[in-house]
Amino acid sequence: MAELSYRDAVAYGIAQEMRRDPNLVFLGEDVAAAGGVFKTTVGLLEEFGPLRVRDTPISEQAILGAAAGAAMTGIPVIAEIMFSDFLAVCFDLVANEIAKLRYMTDGQVSVPMVIRTANGAGSRFGAQHSQSVENWCMMIPGLKVVAPSNPADVVGLLAASIRDPDPVVFFEHKSLMANKAEIPDGELVDELGKATVLRTGGDVTIVALAMMVPRALAAAERLAEHGIAAEVIDLRTLVPLDTKAVLESVERTGRLVTVEENPRLCGWGAEIASLVAHEAFWSLDAPIVRITTPHIPLPAAAILEDGTLPSVDRIVDTIREEWA
Amino acid sequence: MSISAEEELYDYATRPARVPDPQGDPNIDLPEETRLNLYRRLQELRQVEKRAYDLFMQNLVKGTSHLSLGMEAVSAGFGEAMRDDDYVFATYRGHAHTLSKGASMEAVLAELLGRANGLMGGKGGSMHLSDAERGMMGSYAIIGAHLTLANGTAWSAQMRGSGQVTICFFGDGTTNIGAFHEALNFAAIWDLPVVFVCENNLYMEYTPIDFITAVSHPAADRASAYGLEPIVVDGNDVDAVYAIAKQAIDKARDGGGPSLVEAITYRSGGHSRADPGKYRPAEEVEAWKNYDPIIVYHQRLLARGFSEAALTEINNTIADQVDRATEGAKNGAQPPLESIFTELWADGGSEWRN
Repeated sequence: MAELSYRDAVAYGIAQEMRRDPNLVFLGEDVAAAGGVFKTTVGLLEEFGPLRVRDTPISEQAILGAAAGAAMTGIPVIAEIMFSDFLAVCFDLVANEIAKLRYMTDGQVSVPMVIRTANGAGSRFGAQHSQSVENWCMMIPGLKVVAPSNPADVVGLLAASIRDPDPVVFFEHKSLMANKAEIPDGELVDELGKATVLRTGGDVTIVALAMMVPRALAAAERLAEHGIAAEVIDLRTLVPLDTKAVLESVERTGRLVTVEENPRLCGWGAEIASLVAHEAFWSLDAPIVRITTPHIPLPAAAILEDGTLPSVDRIVDTIREEWA
Repeated sequence: MSISAEEELYDYATRPARVPDPQGDPNIDLPEETRLNLYRRLQELRQVEKRAYDLFMQNLVKGTSHLSLGMEAVSAGFGEAMRDDDYVFATYRGHAHTLSKGASMEAVLAELLGRANGLMGGKGGSMHLSDAERGMMGSYAIIGAHLTLANGTAWSAQMRGSGQVTICFFGDGTTNIGAFHEALNFAAIWDLPVVFVCENNLYMEYTPIDFITAVSHPAADRASAYGLEPIVVDGNDVDAVYAIAKQAIDKARDGGGPSLVEAITYRSGGHSRADPGKYRPAEEVEAWKNYDPIIVYHQRLLARGFSEAALTEINNTIADQVDRATEGAKNGAQPPLESIFTELWADGGSEWRN
């Protein structure tokens, strides 16, 4: 067992996979010599050399294109897009090329690549460097979408994403970087499409993702003091979606709350809500509630940013008000 | 460049005609076999594209199509200069490039007809022809991105030391989008074995390229920004194209890095099926019609002593092939509805939930 931060877990996971597969390569802006702007890739250049760990210009389209083209020939590639907001700069590659290559060619090519990107708020970076955009990718057929909430999941899900023969967008949360946890020894490989029940409870199912997971857990702790037993599910991957875990939980609790960092409209929780409303309707004892960031760009000042994101207080208060 | 009153009204047809400026060396030294191959390739591309046009006119092909009629010498010349395992990327105007890489005529035509025996079983259509087994890595219908993908296959070949070269075709309009510039810089800094081929047919869709580009050679005049040599070739002279293609491909294969080739050509018809191309000056259309790559090459081969009969025999053989391919395509079954849900993922399916 070693204690690792979420930040260090990224390089740990990439290194584990680069040792296993000598063909695996990694490219992005400032990822090699600088070790990444979030220091998530420190030491990789030294261990694997400049032909496998490559710095690129600020050319997000060229980065993803090079990665996808190499992947089409069977070379597995990890490409870093520094901030997830920048996916918009290269969204043609993400949404129109990478996601569609296999289907459009009727299976002539596969695209075994991972797009790693720093996602989410909490760093006071303002509207263009703080967004939670996993829902942008969830809506595109052909992309798998992963967003881990803790260091062990970073390693295990990153390994699973790299080994997956399809394109995966891997969202690392900026505000979780310093969180530490024990990582089991030996090779760590998880499975995509498996949610985790982190806390069991019979009164309400709280479904969360990434930074909202520790907040949902803290809220559940507080709700327990008020006599509400909350079950907390960490979705971990949006595509494939572990609908079974969500439906089974709601069938037991009769109540569903989603906690989403994305802005209100078309957040991933809307899809979960629609699914549960359709497939677990007769198990519901109360309306489904979505707790999200309001439908606004993110402000920079600490007090304003904190005021927009779903907080532990907001989760607790919302749930208590709904089912007082 | 000043804007005239006519241009303010976007009456491009009244602009001065841009007529062919033959640059090629008619005495270029090539083996007889190569010349016949080049002629055969031109004929194949021409006859299949004509057939595609006919099928459209019969309303058998739905959607849109972008034909390479008049522009065949570029893909024919490069096709002849490539190795079988080289990679090719093309645009939505990609029938000719796909055929040049060895795709079957029947599979191409069947894909246009949306049949199960089409190259992609009807999932791709005219704008997305691909034949990865033969190194045809796809036709891309959104301008720019495929230049960055071409860097990727080139990077792969470089890492594997396979000696494969990637040839990426695109139009003059592509030179004004960001991905073009990102891709060229990237290819140059990594010394990638890739040849970028701009088919400059003088029009970005319905607009003259010189009217909306800051330089007169949209590709070649940008080359120096990426440390590359400016290369312009007569894209209607298949010998000239072949010679420059061989040079650029050999250079890439020998580790000399990328090239950017601008081939000047002209499409006989409009941009796509819906476009009669009326924005072009009549004398310009006429001048290029007379400088058609097949007319040019046919005359040259006769002048070099090839017999009319031998060339006619090639034409006839190909005509038979195209007829058979058309029959095969027309007789193809409709794709099964189940195929809607196949091949999104590498496991063959499209499931998003458990």
